Amino acid sequence: MPMKSSGSVKRSIAVFRKDIKCELRTRYAINAILMFAVVTVFAVSWAIGGVGLTEVLQASLLWIVIYFSCLAGLSQSFVKEEESKTALALRLYSPAEAVLGGKLIFNLVLLVVLNIITVPLFGIFVGLNISNFWLFFTMILIGTVGIVGATTIVAAIISKTSVKGALFAVISFPMILPLLIMAISGTKKALIPGLGFAEARMEIQVLISYLVVMTVLGFLLFDTVWND
Amino acid sequence: MWWKLTILLVISWVCVGAWIFPPPTPIEDNPEVFRIIYFHFPMAIGTVVAFGLGMYYSIRYLATRNLKYDLRESLAAKLGIIFCVLTTISGAIFAKHTWGAYWNWDPRETSIFMLLIVYAAYFALRSAVIDPDQRANLSAVYSILGFASTIFFIFIMPRIIPGLHPGAPKPTGASEGSIITFSFKTAIVLIPSVLAHIGLLLWINKLSVDIAERNKELEHV
Repeated sequence: MPMKSSGSVKRSIAVFRKDIKCELRTRYAINAILMFAVVTVFAVSWAIGGVGLTEVLQASLLWIVIYFSCLAGLSQSFVKEEESKTALALRLYSPAEAVLGGKLIFNLVLLVVLNIITVPLFGIFVGLNISNFWLFFTMILIGTVGIVGATTIVAAIISKTSVKGALFAVISFPMILPLLIMAISGTKKALIPGLGFAEARMEIQVLISYLVVMTVLGFLLFDTVWND
Repeated sequence: MWWKLTILLVISWVCVGAWIFPPPTPIEDNPEVFRIIYFHFPMAIGTVVAFGLGMYYSIRYLATRNLKYDLRESLAAKLGIIFCVLTTISGAIFAKHTWGAYWNWDPRETSIFMLLIVYAAYFALRSAVIDPDQRANLSAVYSILGFASTIFFIFIMPRIIPGLHPGAPKPTGASEGSIITFSFKTAIVLIPSVLAHIGLLLWINKLSVDIAERNKELEHV
């Protein structure tokens, strides 16, 4: 059914607010993600035992922590609708793009909260020698938005399968890998002294184009996944 | 019939030509090794063609909702995996003799490895859905997403990350010397080889589709 765009945005926000309300009731996703992130950061910190890491290792470990914490929480966004049998009501209430929009905003907020807690924690316990703060900030931000854009549709796909959680890791990894490679490479450049936006231009371009391609494909294909 | 004969003739020409003609030699001291390029490079092209075919069929499936296209899509992906494995093996042998190790995590090696993972995940997804219509629907969507990320792996990443393959920017920033300039004698073997590999791939694909469709008909008898 064709909808006015303002109506879709309004409904996206309604879906988002509903998700926030449900999340605050159980706090499942946020707890899972944060516990996972905290435990991994401490495990890494304990394992390296105070040895200073090189910039490459810092960037790689940071993104591994972020990526695996995301896996713990993001897989739930559609599975919980199917499990609590609310998917049908949601399907009746709003058009597919509004559901995807709402879920995208919710996952984004979840990951921003995760990063606000994880990144400083990682800096304290493992060490991050940030030399170019704004580049670092940009890489974390675009990387996070990219992860959300590429995995939300995957979460919708796996909610229809029989094994769910395990499959999410398997089938989202190939989607995320170009992002991870570029984000690690860009974050590394933000840590190494003397490098700046000029050197990381290529990473930013690839990340943004990947993010746009995946999000647009997500909106195009979501309808067939959701309403079938 | 005529196109099968053509493929046979061209493949024979490639097999003979690859041994007769001088190898495409850049600067290396062991130029004979480079003859594998007549097979390695066309296989890599074949991989992309097979996965592209898979994506074409998934779009057809989503447009028509005909399970026939779902079958073709999965067969094309299977064929793509076979070509992908062959590319990986021939590339690893080539790498051992030119760069000294079977695996170097060159951007293109990373790409081909990722392609294997994308389509292995595709088959993992297929095996996790029981209902045929649901399976067709979800795997078509994933195939399109997977091919979009394939494009990044194959066409974008290897050209911007420093690596060992031709076409990649060199770590020093110098771009000259990174592209092999093919001579005419190389081209008249390499180009038919690419075409013959694509022809062979389409032929195998057609045969496997025919077999699978006959089997399906037999199930109903």
